Amino acid sequence: MTNNIIGYKKMKTIMVNGNSLAWEENMNIDVILQRKNYTFKMLIVKVNGNLVKKTEYSKTIVPPDADVQIIHLISGG
Amino acid sequence: MNIYKNPYNPEKIKEAHKLLTEFKYDIKPLVKGYSNQTLYINVGENKIESKLVSQEMKDKFTGGRGFNLKLLWDAVNEKTKWDSPENEIVIAAGPIGGITQYPGTGKSIVCGISPLTGAPVDSNVGGYFGPYLKFSGWDAIELQGIADKDVIVYINGDAGVIQIFEAPEEDTNSHLIAEQMCDIFAENEMDMKSIATVSAGKGAEHSFFGCLNFSFYDRRRKVARLKQAGRGGLGTLFRHKKIKAVVCKFSGLNANSNEVDDLNKIKEVGAKYHRELFKEDDKQCDMRHVGTAHLVEIMNDYDLLPTHNYKFGADPRTPKISSVVWREMFTQGIPDGCWYGCTMQCAKCVDGYILQTGPYKGDTVSIDGPEYETAAAFGANMGIFDPHFVVEANFYCDTYGIDTISFGTGMAFVMECYENGIINKEITGGYDLSFGNGEEALHMLHQMARGEGFGKTIGLGIRRLKKLFAEEYGADPKFLQDIGMECKGMEYSEYMTKESLAMQGGYGLALKGAQHDEAWLIFMDMVNNQIPTFENKAEALHYFPMFRTWFGLQGLCKLPWNDVEPADNAETDEPAKVPGHVQNYVDIFNSITGRNIDKQELILQSERVYNFQRVFNLRMGFGTREHDRIPYRSAGPVTIEEYESRAERYDKQLVEKWSYDITGKTTEEKRDYLRKMREADYQKLCDAVYERRGWDNNGVPTIEKMKALKMDLPGVLEVLNKYYK
Repeated sequence: MTNNIIGYKKMKTIMVNGNSLAWEENMNIDVILQRKNYTFKMLIVKVNGNLVKKTEYSKTIVPPDADVQIIHLISGG
Repeated sequence: MNIYKNPYNPEKIKEAHKLLTEFKYDIKPLVKGYSNQTLYINVGENKIESKLVSQEMKDKFTGGRGFNLKLLWDAVNEKTKWDSPENEIVIAAGPIGGITQYPGTGKSIVCGISPLTGAPVDSNVGGYFGPYLKFSGWDAIELQGIADKDVIVYINGDAGVIQIFEAPEEDTNSHLIAEQMCDIFAENEMDMKSIATVSAGKGAEHSFFGCLNFSFYDRRRKVARLKQAGRGGLGTLFRHKKIKAVVCKFSGLNANSNEVDDLNKIKEVGAKYHRELFKEDDKQCDMRHVGTAHLVEIMNDYDLLPTHNYKFGADPRTPKISSVVWREMFTQGIPDGCWYGCTMQCAKCVDGYILQTGPYKGDTVSIDGPEYETAAAFGANMGIFDPHFVVEANFYCDTYGIDTISFGTGMAFVMECYENGIINKEITGGYDLSFGNGEEALHMLHQMARGEGFGKTIGLGIRRLKKLFAEEYGADPKFLQDIGMECKGMEYSEYMTKESLAMQGGYGLALKGAQHDEAWLIFMDMVNNQIPTFENKAEALHYFPMFRTWFGLQGLCKLPWNDVEPADNAETDEPAKVPGHVQNYVDIFNSITGRNIDKQELILQSERVYNFQRVFNLRMGFGTREHDRIPYRSAGPVTIEEYESRAERYDKQLVEKWSYDITGKTTEEKRDYLRKMREADYQKLCDAVYERRGWDNNGVPTIEKMKALKMDLPGVLEVLNKYYK
């Protein structure tokens, strides 16, 4: 939490596919996938434009205000 | 091996055959993927002819669905109805169809004027028939006319003989007749793989959504297995023509039956793909173990699994019908490709299943599937979360020749009508058709096949049921329009679209009706937020339908395109298009035909046929904006119950997207405002898509567009000139 100009605590967030999500300490990609219930396997993950490989999901800590893209590829259909 | 309590006698069946006509032809090798002739059969007049394929026909229509539509256009007129004798079933593989070095290359495509929609319909299907037909010397087959009595058309591609028989003794239901054709026309057990049969069952006779079953003989199981051309009622048309089966025998398959231009290049592309598939599939969709059923729990997790007639997108009982269950029920470790060389192996099968109901109760059978659509329709949409019900109903739908999607979506509609008191036990013949009643649903299915009772009524399909329920039972037509999930007369397949405007267009703007095989955009739109503007969505609704049309031109299955993807796909510019696999297709087409197209020309090939089909719709009295209308349930919540089940989502959208003050508003007021906004958005989407596709504001291709595509054929211009005068 940080203080805003009138003294209230403002929640830190990240953007995931253009939508706001509450940021957490030590938030890695696996945590984000859990919070969003993104269970599909064919994903492309980028944090601030940088590609994150699947093997790096648990090691990649996402900072506050990060722009995260989790692109679900088209399957099925 | 299936075990029957009442086995049939093949000798008796064969003895009853009466030869009506015979046609002999010279067998010639193919030339770079084409046989350069098509086969015309009129079962009403016992006439068999060959037609040459011109270079112009190949240039404009490419093959497969393109050839089918061209032949169908020439056969019918603007007054032709689905049951007119001149209506045809046209079946083709395309130039790529039948190669064995790359997965998913055995598809047939079937076209005809649909009993459900009254317009041209296309439906693709696996099994061996399409490739065998081509290797027997025919790029396509037209079936016209209506026979006096039940007939079988037999194409012997080994001997160059085509015969039409009167066939009184064969069973009509597909699991039996497909085996009977093997018993009758194969020389021995080893030869059974040379027999491919097209059939439809008793249900196709009594419903408007009959499907066609295409067989392939599974040597390990010793069973003639079935794949379905499900959509649009082509099985109904087949049985209306009194055709029991069309059989093709071809035993000369080799690595180069297509006589391609550059076999080594195809082998190279195929080998690369096979390696990729073996390495990546287990980590991606796991197609080789569960097929498309892997999607059940995924759709549930994203609120996309249609539940209780598309009211909701998820249900806590979904684990009972998830891929974990299907993995256990499917036999593992046996090759499951529906064409030679397909390493994707997604044609899964439940073996040794003892039927619990119906005319074959007690028989032990192998059952193809269920695939995702069937599991979703029967399990979630009808609210019957019981895998044994799903498998039993899947078997009977297939052998009866009933499309599982139309049956499932149609039953879900009927169940909601029942729960709303629109119909009752008096009307249903004493059956409680509430959601979740599997036993009653099976009764309806068996009634449908027998042509009896309320089951037969359900076989009318949703569009006709809406009219019936309003006229006979005083139901509110507006409510029925809102909850009846059909577009153009075709029942929706099994995806929730309420939160994806692009996918609403994917269904509503599809040429043939509410099928997802033109564009599946829900993830791109709703989850990824990659196509936020109307123009973005319109671009996707241009590219993907055009790209996916190409599969139907070529004899290809869609699944190997994007159900497994290259490891480096994420690093490409447009990963949603899977550029590596698009290049594979370009390379394969060029290596077969000796041509030199690129990915832009690939889209152009599709655009020519796609726009021709839209004009064909117009010619038959459809093909304008009013026919792209969708039921409101596909765009948003119809009932208070639906709104309140996702109230947080809808409230947030009203405030953030449309600056609507929800303070003090009732659910009804909020639901109505949301509807106004979402319906307006759908019309704006249509505007954008029509413009992107080169159509006028009413959804009709302009004459300029057809000229630019070099599709300004005399018949096309005649239709358009009438419209634009």
